[in-house]
Amino acid sequence: MSRFSTDNELVAKEIISRYPLPKSALIPLLHLTQEQNGWVTDDAMLHIAELTGTTPAEVRGTGTFYEMFKFHPVGRYVINICSNLACQLLGAEDLLEHAERKLGVKVGGTTADGLFTLEDVECVAACTEAPALQVNYRYRLRVSVDDFDQLIDDIRSGSASDIPEHGTLSLVRQRIPADRGAGIVAPDDAREIPVWMARNEVAEQS
Amino acid sequence: MPTHAYVPHAPGYVDNDGPKIVTRRFPFEDSYTLQRFEATGGYDGLRSALGRTPAEVHSEVRDATLLGRGGAGFPAGIKWGFLPPGKYPYYLVVNGDESEPGTYKDRLLMERDPHQVIEGSLITCYALGLSQCFLYVRGEMALAQERIAQALNDAYAAGYVGRNILGSDFSVDITMSWGAGAYIVGEETALIESLEGNRGRPRLKPPFFPAAIGLYGQPTIVNNIETMANVPWLMTNSAEQYKTYGSESSPGTRMFAVSGHVRRPGVYEVEQGITTFRDLLYGDNFCQGIREGHELKMFVPGGGSAPWFFPEHLDLPLEARPVGAAGSMLGSGAIMVMDETTDAVKAALRLVRFYARESCGKCTPCREGTTWEERILQRIFDGEGRPSDIDLLLDVADNISPGPYPVASHPDEDLEAVPFPPRQTTICPLGPSSVAPITSTIRRFRHEYEAKITKRDSIPVSAGSVEVEL
Repeated sequence: MSRFSTDNELVAKEIISRYPLPKSALIPLLHLTQEQNGWVTDDAMLHIAELTGTTPAEVRGTGTFYEMFKFHPVGRYVINICSNLACQLLGAEDLLEHAERKLGVKVGGTTADGLFTLEDVECVAACTEAPALQVNYRYRLRVSVDDFDQLIDDIRSGSASDIPEHGTLSLVRQRIPADRGAGIVAPDDAREIPVWMARNEVAEQS
Repeated sequence: MPTHAYVPHAPGYVDNDGPKIVTRRFPFEDSYTLQRFEATGGYDGLRSALGRTPAEVHSEVRDATLLGRGGAGFPAGIKWGFLPPGKYPYYLVVNGDESEPGTYKDRLLMERDPHQVIEGSLITCYALGLSQCFLYVRGEMALAQERIAQALNDAYAAGYVGRNILGSDFSVDITMSWGAGAYIVGEETALIESLEGNRGRPRLKPPFFPAAIGLYGQPTIVNNIETMANVPWLMTNSAEQYKTYGSESSPGTRMFAVSGHVRRPGVYEVEQGITTFRDLLYGDNFCQGIREGHELKMFVPGGGSAPWFFPEHLDLPLEARPVGAAGSMLGSGAIMVMDETTDAVKAALRLVRFYARESCGKCTPCREGTTWEERILQRIFDGEGRPSDIDLLLDVADNISPGPYPVASHPDEDLEAVPFPPRQTTICPLGPSSVAPITSTIRRFRHEYEAKITKRDSIPVSAGSVEVEL
């Protein structure tokens, strides 16, 4: 059972409505299912295919290209330590080794209690604040080994309140109020010149 | 009110004395709110644009020579002119998939001033008759997604986005979209594939610009976040005023992220052209020099894809043409500084590993080549290298991006930019980018490679079998 809940199915439909063609919503919907379940299940992909008028194979085909999507259960907190050059220059390797020891897992592994998954990732765009890491895509900057231990303790004790469970990205959803939208339609239904352009063309000609 | 220091609520950003265009609201803690935005001239640019014809707005941007800030440095106003007339709908895709190693400025712009990006996008849609805008935010940037989503919700409610904007007949929707972890999606045609719900793999060129065939096969303008962030200022001020900053061929300011072994790493908005690498790396107002007791060995001047620079390049201005003539590029405005403690082979290996991991697999030279480059570098680094490995590395590199190196300057092209198209056997520059760290380090630090090579070749290699000019 990991199809969208009734609420999330409504969210999914709203997301689809923001694109000219439903297939464009595949990535946001894969995120939504991951927000609901922590990872992407076969049932979820079936449901996404139904909602977007695609095939389950297309959903999997797209999803497996992107490394944020997990097709097997991962820890409730995914720790991504950046090891790219800027972070490497300032101690990312030591931090990564320390993290492996502290958590008792190798890179890619999940702790036995299912709490943490450790990953070695590419540049997270915090290069001046090296070494940097993300926990469920929330930043921790200039992280020393002591900071790392503290972080793990905080998460275990429930005091790292800014970090939601794995899968949740933006805590704010975009909403386009029905009375405010300009009208999102398929390309075939938008062949006309936009009104303000037409008005200016007429003005130029006269 | 420059503080000459880190701005605590914008980690990494350092305020400085120079003129500010895109980061001027950063010192305000609530710079991302609609309230602060409106109180500091926000959406005045949109109002100004709506008072002119779309063609006038386009001219203002073209006259300013607003160079694209995504990496290629192509003038936005010129790119906008590539839309084929009458082939509606046109789309705008704003590229916030910032993932180039060493780069972060778009993330700060999205987190700290999302309305500025939205306003720039609206003005662009007005000027070009675009039907819908997509703000594509990198998947890993959760806070940027939150700030953009909140800003869009507020802007819709206030009448800045959507139907009949500010009471005019201009209507456009902006959809926030987001990625899921793939560097290659920063390439504009891969980004379009991703937006269509596909694997993010670049499209075959030509057409070279999605302005011809883009999203859903329709004409599409793809601009970088920082490029869009400049547009509102251009409307409230003018192209003329814009050109009083920076140099003639690279007007305005640019954001640079300086990381690595400097005393005060940070993201700085500086005037292009008139500021040099030395000013930025050593200036009191900026990075304040190499960390205590150490000296500069080398630096990456424009993101992981740029050929490396050395101390003799410090006096070059931060401007596309001279940097290009010296064999590299300003790229995405990311400078990674390495002091004498840095192992050149190890640093090159790390960047090459990035390209091997991020290759989308579409083109054989890149898919196979980047993996081979990583393996060969790894075995050299591990002390398992053979004397022929250096030539082998260059040979593999030459198959992805044919030499002679450096290839980053095309003096016969009159563009203030990286050569376009670059010399490559692939359909996008990812594979060729992996070559830069290799050729840069072998040219300069061949002895470091040789010192690590301890094995002998098991099969004799005939001399002259590899022809690569360096």
